[in-house]
Amino acid sequence: MPEQHELALWGLLSMVSLATYVWRATGVVIAARIKPNGRLSQWFTCVAYGMLAGLISRIMLMPVGILAHTPLVDRLVALGCGFALFVLCRRAMIPGVVGAVGVFMVLAALRGYGIL
Amino acid sequence: MFVVAASMTGWGSLARDSGFTLGVAVTSTATVWGLPGQVAAAELYAVGAPLLAIALASSMANLRFFPMSLSLLPLFRGDPASWRWRYVFVAMMSVNTWAVTLRNGPSLPIDQRGPYFTGLSVTCIAAGMIGTAAGYHLAGELPFFVTVSLIFLNPIYFVFLFAGVRARNGVLALIIGAVLGPITHWLSPEWGLPFCGVIAGTVAFYLDRGLRGADA
Repeated sequence: MPEQHELALWGLLSMVSLATYVWRATGVVIAARIKPNGRLSQWFTCVAYGMLAGLISRIMLMPVGILAHTPLVDRLVALGCGFALFVLCRRAMIPGVVGAVGVFMVLAALRGYGIL
Repeated sequence: MFVVAASMTGWGSLARDSGFTLGVAVTSTATVWGLPGQVAAAELYAVGAPLLAIALASSMANLRFFPMSLSLLPLFRGDPASWRWRYVFVAMMSVNTWAVTLRNGPSLPIDQRGPYFTGLSVTCIAAGMIGTAAGYHLAGELPFFVTVSLIFLNPIYFVFLFAGVRARNGVLALIIGAVLGPITHWLSPEWGLPFCGVIAGTVAFYLDRGLRGADA
């Protein structure tokens, strides 16, 4: 029954979309009630940064899914090379990103072909 | 734009492997617009989890949007034309557009912030949808090292996006959060992230205030 399966998927998507939007909308409701650029608003920015940094560091160190099939040392070496380029290029973002992903891809390819 | 498209290519492949149709995969990029929540939904769906459990897990994975929309909106507060669109703005917000607007918004005239954010967001969402469709069609055809590098691009991009943050309380929150994140996740995979954010954010906020007192 492919049609029923498709319908169930759209239902799932609506629920997941709504479940995410609830957080965004709650932010709006509260933002309208607190002083812009006040202490509370600054604190929330700090919390957002803390959450995002925690999420990214967790993905780098303890990934789930396909990234979990790569060795931790590859991810860290790639990140280190990216940071070196970032610093060398006066804190420019693009050399850092390209360097890190480039090194990671080379390492993954070498492992894939059994060279490393 | 390229980064958004490339990251969503990885999502497209995953969505196909999880049994999503192309329409659902591409639409989810626009309507959920939060990769961790989308990934959680696809992975749970693939193992046949109940609907409510999937919705709850993906909601928790996207909880970061709450403090993010709270800290973004003050930028539009003074402009009635933008403020009217606040519920639409937060739906278009991603980590990328949030961080970029938080950095560049304050130096823009107040009536130009709304259009700036809208243009940036719409472009990113369009790029994300194209990337999702491309990834869906390419699933299984790219070698493993390419797919895995496309997935790796996403966290790496954010590392360097945040490496440019200048405000001291923001930098402190990022450093403390990065150290704390894996620990709180290990303690509780469901609640680790909000706790990490609240602890890192609060410590950074007061540490910065304390240091400011010492500077003065």
